[in-house]
Formats: sequence, C-alpha cells, structure tokens
Amino acid sequence: MTKVRSVGDAVTCIKSGSSLMVGGFGGIGNPPTLIKAILENGIDELTLICNDAGFPYVGIGQLITEGRASKLVASHIGSNPNAGKFMHENKLDIEFSPQGTLVERIRAGGVGLGGILTDIGVDGLVAEGKEKMIVDGKPFLIEKPLTADVSIVYAKKADEFGNLIFDKSARNTNPLVAMAGTLTIAEADEIVPVGELDPEEIVTPGAFVDMVVKSEGVNWTWAWE
Amino acid sequence: MGMGVSVREAIAKRAAEEIKDGMVVNLGIGIPTLVANYISPNINVMFHAENGVLGTGPAPQKGEEDANLCNAGGIPMTIVPGASYFDSTLAFGIIRRGLLDVTILGAFEVSQNGDLANWIVPGKIVSGMGGAVDLAQKAKKVIVLMNHTDKHGNPKIVRECTLPLTAERCVNLIITDMAVIEVTKKGLNLIEVKEPYTVDDVINATGAELHIADFVK
Repeated sequence: MTKVRSVGDAVTCIKSGSSLMVGGFGGIGNPPTLIKAILENGIDELTLICNDAGFPYVGIGQLITEGRASKLVASHIGSNPNAGKFMHENKLDIEFSPQGTLVERIRAGGVGLGGILTDIGVDGLVAEGKEKMIVDGKPFLIEKPLTADVSIVYAKKADEFGNLIFDKSARNTNPLVAMAGTLTIAEADEIVPVGELDPEEIVTPGAFVDMVVKSEGVNWTWAWE
Repeated sequence: MGMGVSVREAIAKRAAEEIKDGMVVNLGIGIPTLVANYISPNINVMFHAENGVLGTGPAPQKGEEDANLCNAGGIPMTIVPGASYFDSTLAFGIIRRGLLDVTILGAFEVSQNGDLANWIVPGKIVSGMGGAVDLAQKAKKVIVLMNHTDKHGNPKIVRECTLPLTAERCVNLIITDMAVIEVTKKGLNLIEVKEPYTVDDVINATGAELHIADFVK
C-alpha cells in the first residue's frame, strides 16, 4: 500500500475555512509545491499555524500576502510586513506564542498530550488569560496543545510508507508539524520504495504521515537572493 | 536605527570580547549577528540557532548558498566541524535547560534592574516575540546591544520600562554606542565610556541612576 498521491489529489483534502499547520521557519522548510497548489486552487479563510509569517513572497508568506488566511498562530511576523498590515486592518487575527512554547504546543498536539507546563513568559504579557499551576513551589503556565485539520511538511526524502528524512536546517518545525495534523501531507524531493531508507536515519515514522507527494522544488526567489 | 556602520561594528566588536573559549552562544538578528565576525580564530565557540543548528559557521561565498541551510533570520550560512541539526523543540530545549552561556539581543528599553523590553511597542511594532522570551529568561548571560538613546534622543536605559516586558531581571550587560554598563543586584555600573563621549554625556543620556566605576572616572 503506497501513500504516494498526486499533488492535485492531495490538495483537495485542504478545504477553505480549515486549520492548516505548515512546517518551516523563515520560509526554509515550507513545502513549496503544496503552497503553490493551495494558491492555485483558491483555498482561503485558512487558520494557519506556523512558526512565522515567512517573507512576503516566500513560503507561507505568499498565503498571507494573497489574503488566504483569516487567522495565524505564530511566534513572529517581522519578516512579512503584510501580516502586520492585515492585523492592524483587522483582516488577520494573530495569536502569538513564544517560539519554544509554540513548538512544544505543536509537539504536544502531535503526541497526544493535554498540554505543557512551562515558565516561559509566566510573569509577563504571555501569561494573560492563561491558567497557572504551581509545581514544587514554582509557577508554570498551562499551554494548550495545537493540532490542525491538515498538516503540510517538506522533507528531503520519503518512502512510500511516509517515513521522512529532512535536510539540514529545513528540518526545523517539520517533524513536529508532521505529527500534529489530523491528516498529514508530506512533500518530498525524493520518494523511494519501502526499505530503501536507513531506519537509523528516519526522523518521522510513517505512521504519522497520510499522503506523500513529489516536490517540484522551491518556486520562489529567496529573500536573500 | 540610524546607526552608522562603524558604530554597529564597534558595538559588535566589543560584545565579541565577552565570548570565551568553549561557550555555547546564541546571536539575535541585527547587530548581534555581526558579533560572530569578531570572534578570535583561536577560540572555539558553538553558535546556536533557534531553527535547529548547533555549530553555525560564517556566511557562504556568493553562489555557494544552500537554501536548506540558513540561520534563524533566513540568511544562508555554513556549519563548523562538530555541528548538529535537530528540530525546533530541541533547539528550545537547549535554551530552557540553561545550556546557553550567552545570548546577545537587541532592545527597545532596559530598566535599572535588568528588565528587558524588546518585542512589542503596542500599536506600532508588533512583530511577535519569536524566541526572545525563551532566550532572555533562560540564557546564563544576557547581553543587550543597542543605541544608548532612541531616534528622538530619549534614554533607552530607564528606571522602569514603559513597554511590555520580554523578561524581568534578565539583562547582565548593556553595550551601546556610548558606554558599557553592567547590571548588578545593586543597580547599574558604568564600566566603560566610549570616545568621544564623557561620563557626563553618558549620565545625561541615561534615564536611571548609574554607579560610576572608579576606573572610569
């Protein structure tokens, strides 16, 4: 049984109005072919969950620039001025989470935990509206887990079972996001038959992955180019 | 920030003196990134990046960039021998566990007890905190690099921060275009004044009480 699908088939699983978690950090590791397909298919009103808002024309940033998101859960939007502009115009609702907390919330959702306890931000603005818990005399925030209708990630290699290996700093949030989708679609530069990946090198076990699509490679000009 | 290139470089160069052999260090975006250019080749430092790298190296030659090997600011980099890749939870595990010897950050305001405000100016700059809260709260030493005053000449070192805090009582050292100031339990110690400024210039540009170290007078 292979999980390999065409990009066209896979993208029909992403509906307007759904929550979409996207792997990547500053555009690096955002899945380019799936993002392109979302843009081409007119999918909008998305709740995006991602480390950051990318750059205006790089990665997830394109979905924001094109007005496809109504909400964004992220740690940082500084590299995409459109996100800040839409937020001030009340076109985009943004929930900020400290980066380390955001990724643990995604991991918690991905591995079936009820949340995490952390002291990051326990004394400041981050704590507003959140429950606190005292453990061994120390205060912690209860931070809730994050999951999404669909997760999309970018891998260097996948096999037909959905085992994933990532590439250098493009790993970043991808293994976490891969676990947290009700449905997870992995875009890979290379897809190989089952048995060809070294089990010691696999980062994400295929059990977390529902579909694998072949990447057409990055289709944007990097912010630094 | 309207700061000349040479001023930025001078601040970065001074900050590099704080980094010693064997340290694990995280550099923020902006002037802090420049600090890596002034580390002595005779010492080994493992630079940490929030996107999941320990052991980042210098920028690659033009044309040698790898789109999947970038720093936390999205800029291509290289790695040094002994470097490792991992996911973002582990990157922040290193931070929360207190394994960073030094983090170097920018700031909007620093108070006399070391409170740091660097992620939000409500209604104006709302870029999100990124990893700043984690870094400021958990690194063993927090060094702030900034202009001594804002673009209107108002002090950025103040009795109490007016902006929402990134973290309380976290800053250990402030390096500006005018001075180097230690934050101690007893308050702010002025330990260096940069030419052409005088001690009085620094006092006038600072919105909090400064203890002047004997060797500065």
